[in-house]
Amino acid sequence: MNNIKISVKNLNIYYGNFLALKDITLDIPEKSITAIIGPSGCGKSTFLRALNRMNELLPNVRTEGKVLLDGQNIYEPNIDLVTLRRKVGMVFQRPNPFPKSIFENVAFGLRIQGIKDKEQIEEIVELSLRRAALWDEVKNKLHKSALELSGGQQQRLCIARVLAVQPEVILMDEPASALDPIATLRIEDLMRELKEEYTIVIVTHNMQQAARVSDFTAFFLTDENRAGMLIEYGNTSEIFTMPRDPRTEGYITGRYG
Amino acid sequence: MEAKERIAYIVVSLLASVAIVSVILIFVFIAKESLPVFFNPEIKKEANLRIFFLTRDWQPIGLEPKYSFLPLIVGTLKVTLVAIVVALPLSLGSAIFTAEFAPRRLREIIKPIIELFSAIPSVVLGFFALMVIASWVQDIFHTSSRLNAVTAGFALAFAVIPITYTICEDALNTVPRELKEASIALGATKWQTTIKVVLPSASGGIFAGIMLGLARAMGETMIVLMVSGNAAQITWSFLDSVRTIPATIAAEMGEVAFGSAHYVTLFFLGLLLFSITFIINYIASILLERTQKRLRGER
Repeated sequence: MNNIKISVKNLNIYYGNFLALKDITLDIPEKSITAIIGPSGCGKSTFLRALNRMNELLPNVRTEGKVLLDGQNIYEPNIDLVTLRRKVGMVFQRPNPFPKSIFENVAFGLRIQGIKDKEQIEEIVELSLRRAALWDEVKNKLHKSALELSGGQQQRLCIARVLAVQPEVILMDEPASALDPIATLRIEDLMRELKEEYTIVIVTHNMQQAARVSDFTAFFLTDENRAGMLIEYGNTSEIFTMPRDPRTEGYITGRYG
Repeated sequence: MEAKERIAYIVVSLLASVAIVSVILIFVFIAKESLPVFFNPEIKKEANLRIFFLTRDWQPIGLEPKYSFLPLIVGTLKVTLVAIVVALPLSLGSAIFTAEFAPRRLREIIKPIIELFSAIPSVVLGFFALMVIASWVQDIFHTSSRLNAVTAGFALAFAVIPITYTICEDALNTVPRELKEASIALGATKWQTTIKVVLPSASGGIFAGIMLGLARAMGETMIVLMVSGNAAQITWSFLDSVRTIPATIAAEMGEVAFGSAHYVTLFFLGLLLFSITFIINYIASILLERTQKRLRGER
């Protein structure tokens, strides 16, 4: 097993008084793909958004426990959120490019860092688009609006946008749920390439996708109070072939969810 | 049941068409009354396009009436400019504050208060300007006349702010949350997100807000009638008294001889004002629609 990149310890998350995630403890290995699966409302997205502190954008969210990134607890008060979010990038469920040009979408993260060097920006934009397997499709229309791209291209653009700020971890919240099967497969291929360099955590509804693409799988389920909890975590092949918990088996064989 | 639906449909569409037809009829009526400027040889001697736009004086009463639009246009532009310069930073600033930064509770207090401004009758605003703003302006700029373009512009700003604010606020609010989240997840601060993502995305709506504020300022009558000084003159100073197009129509229409050159001229002024504000409103609605389409990802 690879080194541990993110270590989650006794994580509780509350929306107001409602406990949404209960006592999650989980280690995420670096340079691999970890899939979070489970039925709707089990706190998968909440868990993912705890890893770059995006939950804090909502009012009344309270987080307890620790999330260690390279051994450093990101919930400590002296953590700089801007640095954290550059290290831990995020791709969202629906492709959400800015209403700007393709080039400016990828350059956005660099511009807000105050990088002015035109050549450097062009270089990083090209590199990021190449890594996101989008360069060949857009190299002749970099200054066209990003909204003219297809959904699958937009999502790869969003991945390129994240790559441009040179993250270490990429969080993906059901990145293919709004895409057709072919675009989905392209995103999955891309993920396999990216895991050579990045640690990827993906939330997915689609169990086949988790089985196809991930190295490790965590299965979440809600308890009787609707609080999300971790049922089982391990190698993807084991989770899908010989789950230890009957509830995991029930879910992956399609008995509920 | 179906008959009921049909009746409802007919009633509603009838009401809607009454509204549209009225606007068209108003336009037709004003246009018809101002037509003699082009076709009546008697009136053309006293009032024609050359006199309107190429002479300098507006003196409709006298042995030799003078009907130049230029001092009125200059006056209207002056008060409108002051009103927009004052109102824009205030309305856009508060819109950014309530849409992006204020906690929800505070927003729910501030937004209705600003919008309530539009419920103040303009005669009351005019009175307030007459008593209070005029004195401030005089104290600050030491002007000879209390009533001038700056005083009128400040008073007009109160009428413009609720419109511009509301439309800007709505435009900022329609920027999808996903875009803001994407920006923040890339390491942008709240302020960077506002400047680089939210404002550009909402720019069409913001321009529409400015346009509609502009149209409101140009068309407002009572405030300028009370506090602009009503002197029709062409000067560069904003501290001179001015006379605007709507104030002129309001002040003179009641006294004018029916069918006279003066009467026709006032209608032509009205036609001009109507056309300008109509065009501005139309541009604003196109901008609004375009922004919304763009944010929905259509093009």
